[in-house]
Amino acid sequence: MTGPGSDLHDAPAPRRPLRPLARILRARDRGENPDLIERANRAERHDHIRDRARRRAEGRLLVLGLFFVAAFGTVAVRMGTLASSDPAEPVLSAGGASITSARADIVDRNGRLLATNVVTSALYAHPHEMVDIPHAVRELARVFPGRSEADLTALLTSGRKFVWIERTLSPEQVQAVHDIGDPGLLFAAREMRVYPNGPLAAHILGGVRYGREGVQAAEILGVAGIEKAFDDRLSDPAMLADPLRLSIDLTVQTTMREVLEGGMKLFAAKGASGVMMDAHTGEIVAMVSLPDFDPNHRPAPLTSGDQADSPLFNRAVQGVYELGSVFKIFPVAQALDEGLITPDTIIDTQSPMRVGRHRISDYRNYGPELTATRVIVKSSNVGTARLARELGSEKQREFLGRLGFLEPTSVELVEAPGAKPLLPRNWGEIESMTISYGHGLSSSPLHLAAGYASLLNGGTKVAPTLQRRDGRSLGPRVVSERTSAQARAMLRSVVTEGTASFGDVAGYEVGGKTGTADKPAPNGRYYDDRVLATFAGVFPASDPEYVFVVTFDEGHEIVNGEPRRTAGWTTVPVTAELIRRTAPLLGVRPAIEPVVQSGLREARNGR
Amino acid sequence: MTEMVHGAAPVSVGEPLLPKWWRTIDRWTLLCVCALFGIGLLLGFAASPPLADRNGLPPFFYVQKQAIFGAMAFVVLLGCSMLTPRQVRRFGVLAFVLVFIALCLLPVFGTNFGKGAVRWYSLGFGSFQPSEFLKPAFVILAAWLMAASQDLDGPPGRLISFCVTLGLVAILVLQPDYGQASLILFGWGVMYFIAGAPWLLLIGIAGAVVAGGVFAYNASEHVQRRIDGYLATDIDPNTQIGYAANAIREGGIFGVGVGEGEVKSYLPDAHTDFIIAVAAEEYGLVLVLLVVVLYAIVVLRALARLLRERDPFVRYAGAGLASVLGMQAMINVGVAARLLPTKGMTLPFVSYGGSSVIAAGITVGMLLALTRTRPQGRIEDLLRRRGG
Repeated sequence: MTGPGSDLHDAPAPRRPLRPLARILRARDRGENPDLIERANRAERHDHIRDRARRRAEGRLLVLGLFFVAAFGTVAVRMGTLASSDPAEPVLSAGGASITSARADIVDRNGRLLATNVVTSALYAHPHEMVDIPHAVRELARVFPGRSEADLTALLTSGRKFVWIERTLSPEQVQAVHDIGDPGLLFAAREMRVYPNGPLAAHILGGVRYGREGVQAAEILGVAGIEKAFDDRLSDPAMLADPLRLSIDLTVQTTMREVLEGGMKLFAAKGASGVMMDAHTGEIVAMVSLPDFDPNHRPAPLTSGDQADSPLFNRAVQGVYELGSVFKIFPVAQALDEGLITPDTIIDTQSPMRVGRHRISDYRNYGPELTATRVIVKSSNVGTARLARELGSEKQREFLGRLGFLEPTSVELVEAPGAKPLLPRNWGEIESMTISYGHGLSSSPLHLAAGYASLLNGGTKVAPTLQRRDGRSLGPRVVSERTSAQARAMLRSVVTEGTASFGDVAGYEVGGKTGTADKPAPNGRYYDDRVLATFAGVFPASDPEYVFVVTFDEGHEIVNGEPRRTAGWTTVPVTAELIRRTAPLLGVRPAIEPVVQSGLREARNGR
Repeated sequence: MTEMVHGAAPVSVGEPLLPKWWRTIDRWTLLCVCALFGIGLLLGFAASPPLADRNGLPPFFYVQKQAIFGAMAFVVLLGCSMLTPRQVRRFGVLAFVLVFIALCLLPVFGTNFGKGAVRWYSLGFGSFQPSEFLKPAFVILAAWLMAASQDLDGPPGRLISFCVTLGLVAILVLQPDYGQASLILFGWGVMYFIAGAPWLLLIGIAGAVVAGGVFAYNASEHVQRRIDGYLATDIDPNTQIGYAANAIREGGIFGVGVGEGEVKSYLPDAHTDFIIAVAAEEYGLVLVLLVVVLYAIVVLRALARLLRERDPFVRYAGAGLASVLGMQAMINVGVAARLLPTKGMTLPFVSYGGSSVIAAGITVGMLLALTRTRPQGRIEDLLRRRGG
């Protein structure tokens, strides 16, 4: 090598071996072996390559060393920070994966318990840890009468390492299982939703089921009613201590259920429903649908047949029916509000009335003409049909829309949005005439209650609600106060002198309208022996506080061997009983009638 | 040629073996390895009784077993460290062939021990995990190939070694054992880097590794779960990693005390993959840092000694072995510290496991053999350079 040392770093490998000829020739001249020169050249080149590689490797080894220093340093620092941070309490789980079984209570408007959580246990087994499976199976079958030994044996010998045995255990069952003493039988903490009032308010509360299950907890999910509608609110950890307060009054609810159940038996009805609503706030103080169920043991939905026949079906909210003559007050009130008529205007009620090829007739012929009040009192289809024709279908539609009949109710039940009123596809003249007496438009009893409340409370719209409201807030005006008062007076007349004469309750000025609607048959016509008998109204009529709607499905009463199906004979007396019992509970002050009229003499101190 | 001259001092045929070994060996590394193994046994006393209890064995069954494995590993380590580089190369290449065959036969004869991947041979008294032995053998093979490629008119060793690497990675990914696959890839990358890889190519390889990771994430639910668990901002305390992180926190600086830890009874892999969590809980950060420092010393001392190395094979093989060992330790500790996604990777010498500890013994033994001081011709080099 000849070049200066520094050249070695940068200069390319010396190319001398490629220029060997001069040296080789010179070597030959000297008689040396040129192969030796060639070999020496090669060795030199090889060394050179190696040197270069080594120097490069030195740098790179340093880089690698630095990398390891940095990496080990990172790990050490990370360990240090981790070790100096506070240990997290071992929680059940973190993030969105948590299973929360806690659920807020539900109470009625006075704070009485409707639904609560009770701590219980679920039973599971680790079969591989069990000492005596046949013995355990025998004992378990004794503790849980619903389980057969064969099933339990199959379960425990299936080879799985974890099997659920029972979802919820009573304290006695827990003790009995403890007494079996098998280490492979284990308890999982559970909370159980309990409805202490059984079937009372079953349709309102709905029910729950278990969601994801773990050993420490199982999720409780609402499946229907309030439980589902307020699922997030009820399981919100921040609001657990805060019970959900409903508008329901437990006592009134109990009374309504009792009375309707009695009526249903009396009239051999297929079903019944009742709604009692604060006329001003829309708070539902009681709502019953019969038959009902026990939400503690919610039955499975029907797999065949009409869901409307299931006890799970809430007739008051989910059931949409042609409610019949109870609708008649709407065209009359609208005509009053429009100034077309006064309560004393004479209306042509010549029956039957011909409209095109249709014929509208009354239950009985009430003569050629009646005042507007008498149209309501007598329940004349012809009278209201004429008013509807006067008003026109557009206006009728608009008016019923204002009362909330065109949309599902906004009540806080998960079932409510599904209960859309059935409207005529083509809302023409004939349709508006049939709707005026409650046929051709199907709505739920709750729709009707809200409509009555809006019309009769002084004329401001109410939305039905199941949550307790504090104080009233007036909704948008639907009809004038005068119209509202006139409508109440008309309904009061129905009770004092019309079809609902059994509905009078001394002191409470009940006003209401009966409706006996033939039920539509599957063939598109109407049954002539199946009716939906409805009584809807308000009390007290002079100072409205509560609105009620009571229906019986296919009820009848045999009087003198004749079946009587009209609401006046079935629903009305039951409703009267309902009001008689509940009005005092609701704090409605009875109007004391003058002593003289009562036929009693005041007791006086004397001889 | 030695000329025999009458009366001349007798030429020594060579130093006695052991004194020479002791003089040339890296005694610090040897000490560090002994310390690591001691820590492993110590932690085994803490971590393995719950496992023994679960399996119905005497409480210190696994400690005894580990001590036996450790003794075997030590013998192997010492034996390997006495080899010359040439013997290391021959032994390594031969071992590679055997291990490779074993690896290929895994799907046929292997068992998965219910852990979701076929990585083990069940041998009755214990299990044998070929991929643990594969790492040192592969490093030797690749180093040999790369060194050969630097000879004039040498074979295209880098290309061959790259092909071998790809094949191995493919086999390991199929098991699936992404941890070992990435270690193999890393070891090859280090050797290629030392052997003078162009920087551009290195960047390309880094990109390929990222792409491979993404593929693994998408292709395997196994990997996906682990990476998701890693990426989750808050740790789910019911996962292994959650228990491990909590154990480290519980331990603090000085630990909760010997035998007081709880994580060992929660974690099924407390004695293997998460041994460092047990260490952190019972002995605190102090022991963890000691472990990290011991590994760092082993790796850095090896690299430092290789700086002076003139033989390319020794240089590449040494760097590869040191890196693979260091990286494995770092990944293991990094996983427990939540720096890295969970991989089934043992802590060399410390974790329980026969394959792991013996393979680590082979690795460090070869590393010691390669980093022994040898006449390197440095003086000749200096003279040549100066006189040049």
